[in-house]
Amino acid sequence: MVQFPILGIGILSWIVFLPVLGMLAIVFIPKAYEKSIKYVALAFPILQIILSVILLLNYNKDLSGINKIEGFQFIEKVSWINIPAVIWEGKVNIDYFMGLDGISLPMIILTAIIGFVGALASFSIKRNEKGYYMLYLFLVTGMMGTFCALDLFLFFVFWEIMLLPMYFLIGIWGGERREYAAIKFFLYTFFGGIFMLISIIALYFSSKDPVTGMHTFNMLTLMNPASIDPNSLLGGVGTNMRYLAFIALFIGFAIKVPIFPFHTWLPDAHVEAPTAISVILAGVLLKMGSYGIMRISYPIFPDAAVWFMYPMAILAMINIVYGALCAMAQKDFKKLIAYSSISHMGYVMLGIASGTAIGFNGAVFQMFNHGTITAVLFLSVGIIYDRAHTRGLNDFGGLANKMPKYFAVIIIAFFASIGLPGLSAFISESFVFLGGFKNETIRVLTIISTLGIILNAAYILWTIQRLFFGTLPEKWNNLTDISGRELLSTVPLLVIIIILGIFPTPFLNLMTSTVNQLVNVIWHLN
Amino acid sequence: MQPQIFNKLSYFLPETVLIVTLIVCILADLILKKKSVIVTVIAIIGLMVSGYFVYLQYELGDVSLFKHMIVIDPYSIFFKFLFILSTIFILLFAVSSREFKEGDHKNEHTYLFLALTLGAFLMASSVNMLMMYLSLELVSLTSYVLAGYTKKVKRSSEAAMKYVIYGAASSGIMIYAMSLLYGFTGTMNIYETATILSGIGSTTNPMIIISIVMVMAGFGYKISSVPFHFWTPDVYEGSPIPVTAFLAVTSSAAGFSVMIRFFATTFLKSFVNVAGAWQIIDGIKWTEIIIVLSVASMIIGNFVAIWQTSMKRLLAYSSIAQSGYIMLGLVVANQAGLTAMFVYLMAYLFMNLGAFYATMLIANKLNSDSIEDMKGFGYRSPFVCVAMGVFMFALSGVPATAGFIGKFYLFSALIEKHLLWLALIGLLNSVVSLFFYIKVLKYMFLMKPDEGYDSKIQYGYGYYIMLLLFIVPTIFFGIYFVPIVRFAEASASMFGLK
Repeated sequence: MVQFPILGIGILSWIVFLPVLGMLAIVFIPKAYEKSIKYVALAFPILQIILSVILLLNYNKDLSGINKIEGFQFIEKVSWINIPAVIWEGKVNIDYFMGLDGISLPMIILTAIIGFVGALASFSIKRNEKGYYMLYLFLVTGMMGTFCALDLFLFFVFWEIMLLPMYFLIGIWGGERREYAAIKFFLYTFFGGIFMLISIIALYFSSKDPVTGMHTFNMLTLMNPASIDPNSLLGGVGTNMRYLAFIALFIGFAIKVPIFPFHTWLPDAHVEAPTAISVILAGVLLKMGSYGIMRISYPIFPDAAVWFMYPMAILAMINIVYGALCAMAQKDFKKLIAYSSISHMGYVMLGIASGTAIGFNGAVFQMFNHGTITAVLFLSVGIIYDRAHTRGLNDFGGLANKMPKYFAVIIIAFFASIGLPGLSAFISESFVFLGGFKNETIRVLTIISTLGIILNAAYILWTIQRLFFGTLPEKWNNLTDISGRELLSTVPLLVIIIILGIFPTPFLNLMTSTVNQLVNVIWHLN
Repeated sequence: MQPQIFNKLSYFLPETVLIVTLIVCILADLILKKKSVIVTVIAIIGLMVSGYFVYLQYELGDVSLFKHMIVIDPYSIFFKFLFILSTIFILLFAVSSREFKEGDHKNEHTYLFLALTLGAFLMASSVNMLMMYLSLELVSLTSYVLAGYTKKVKRSSEAAMKYVIYGAASSGIMIYAMSLLYGFTGTMNIYETATILSGIGSTTNPMIIISIVMVMAGFGYKISSVPFHFWTPDVYEGSPIPVTAFLAVTSSAAGFSVMIRFFATTFLKSFVNVAGAWQIIDGIKWTEIIIVLSVASMIIGNFVAIWQTSMKRLLAYSSIAQSGYIMLGLVVANQAGLTAMFVYLMAYLFMNLGAFYATMLIANKLNSDSIEDMKGFGYRSPFVCVAMGVFMFALSGVPATAGFIGKFYLFSALIEKHLLWLALIGLLNSVVSLFFYIKVLKYMFLMKPDEGYDSKIQYGYGYYIMLLLFIVPTIFFGIYFVPIVRFAEASASMFGLK
């Protein structure tokens, strides 16, 4: 089954595998035309943006998704692996199954935008461009695929395959301690991946499709309690095994988010990665963890999800407060943003832990907003680092007069990051807190988490002061203001931040029915 | 009796073809009196013809030959294909090996490899302990010669010497254990042994456990499982790379073929039910011994590999760890586990031979296999190093490679049997393994070459095609694994064990 085909191939396959075509195109660019590589590479994210606009225009926001195939749109379901039965083993059937609903669509749009911004920011890469852009496009494919996949096997393949380009992108084009950061990132995520794999295989053997009677990797089928064999490993409701499986999945996702105490790879990876890769990391990669929890853990293990909401809220609270405190202690601009990411992903986790529709709404919206805002912030770090070759916050001062346009760009992003009303993050953060407050069990934790807002404002305002106010050190007298290309990569994001801050309703409407459906699935409301 | 043997000779065609090819190769070598590709071509043609006859055997079903000495069944046919394929690859390796070119031998390696393949064929199909021992010795003796093939290189001779001593000790222990079993049951045939052992009822006789452990000395030595692995790093390092690749893939697969058959037949009470689970004779808990050896191999192999500086030694420890993974399939004692082992062995064939081939290409140019010397090689010869990357990721089990599919099937078999903790140990080990596999890539891509050593290195197109022969299956079977899984499932049936 393929809905919405373009040239006979489903639109989701196009959007996922376009960058692979880009890779092939780049391989065959001869040496003489090496300068054109970056433009070729840029073309593919632009095509993806066009496709995502088509998706957006054709998206029916009334359909819900989550556990009903009728609720998904742009579905592609083709048999991929089909092994007929042998006596001792059931048939193996893995589908190439993709589709969109209200929580994956915003992520697709985000990935397309950030993919474009990242490609634009990569123009400062001068070494081995061919390899760089090939890996970059490969990375984009992995991210898109993860958000589209509705089959656990397919999901896992996309999830893990993304590590390979990431390792080389950080390890080859990164900063001084790049080797350490790259291997740390790879090992951490791979480590999380194996727990996920165990959980996925256990789910597979516990499942029995009510229609065909076979084991299955199909997420939607697994969400149906009737398709879990009651006598199997993960059968029953609220058993220890189910809780363990939930934890195993959670570890895999939590490392990606990252949730305390699995967060230590993030500051290293962010600081050492080149600007464009930091943007991708913070903008998209972190969201995959929280997306996975909403897409897989919650609807498949609703019993465990309800039980674990409280501990997850505790972790979310730690993330928010601890991340903000760490950010406050940083002297390196990039590290500060990295820790602020940890803090902001804490909001997402709090929204998820609330188990309420408004909390989920806030979480998905916060995922999107954090993606756009942090992207601007990392781009800004890159802009100043390209000029000054330092990121020490104490090395600067008085830049507001020297680089007024830069100041304007960064101040909007900073205020959005604080959660100033009128900018997008305000809406999502308030939704998260509303959701947290609505759930009585985690109400106290939510109240403590609001501390994060103050801490957040404190370190950001302090950063603004250190960078832009006071006197300009003499050595920075010849700093140039932001260039046209840099404006091109930041301004669209700022426009999105402002528009979504003033008029978020259409965007929120995209996900409302899906989020309501998720709440229904978790609390068994229908 | 004699007519019966002659009647069955037609079933022995693949082996006969190998013997004839071997003799033709020797004669050709005598006539040509110099190094020549012709001998290799003859050998490869012989192997292909032999492969054709193996293919014809598929329709025979189960046949027992020579008074139950050897059998033909889908199980042995699977391994014969594996041996033929890997030997062809290794003969092609040898053509481009610098160590072989510079040595003062002519074409002796060609027929030595053929003799090894013959031994491996017999290992895969023997159902009599004496036959098992003899075929294992045939493989071992030829391997000793090959390990010391470059006799002017001191390390190579040292490797051969070590290999002989360990080999002699291991096979001595094994034959002693077999004699114990013979004393206990009065038969060398493993099927009769099984019947007698299960007739005793619950067996707690310590002698049986002792003999299992001692038999493992022989098999464990062939598959380089801990604690019989001590020869592996030294021999791998000292031998020429084609020989090392042969030991790591063909010889180790041969070891598995005989070991699996021995355990899956001798200590089973009744043969397989519909669900495919084996029923182990009460009291003889051989799977627990396998668990211990497997976990020890994984842990020691992977952790020691982290500190290796030589690529060959790294691959040696990696082989030890990989043997540990493959043994996991035997632990579950059912047909699903057997299938998983087959899938893994096939994936292993491509990715490990590929890794050795890439290593050989690099070592040919650098005249060293030190990982340190490969610094920045990714910029000097991108294609070879990207290929190496594919094999390293495949060996560590990253998705979309055949290595992942192999691991996926192995761990699925474990989890299906609710051996979650064992699956967890195995998977955690693959995280450790990633660390040293990626170390190779770190030197190749993340570090820059030293000044003066940064010129581009060109290889002929033949080498690239050879590399593609390994890369394409490694990736293709990672994405679409229906063919290898179906082949494995069809082969997971032994003589009398379906």
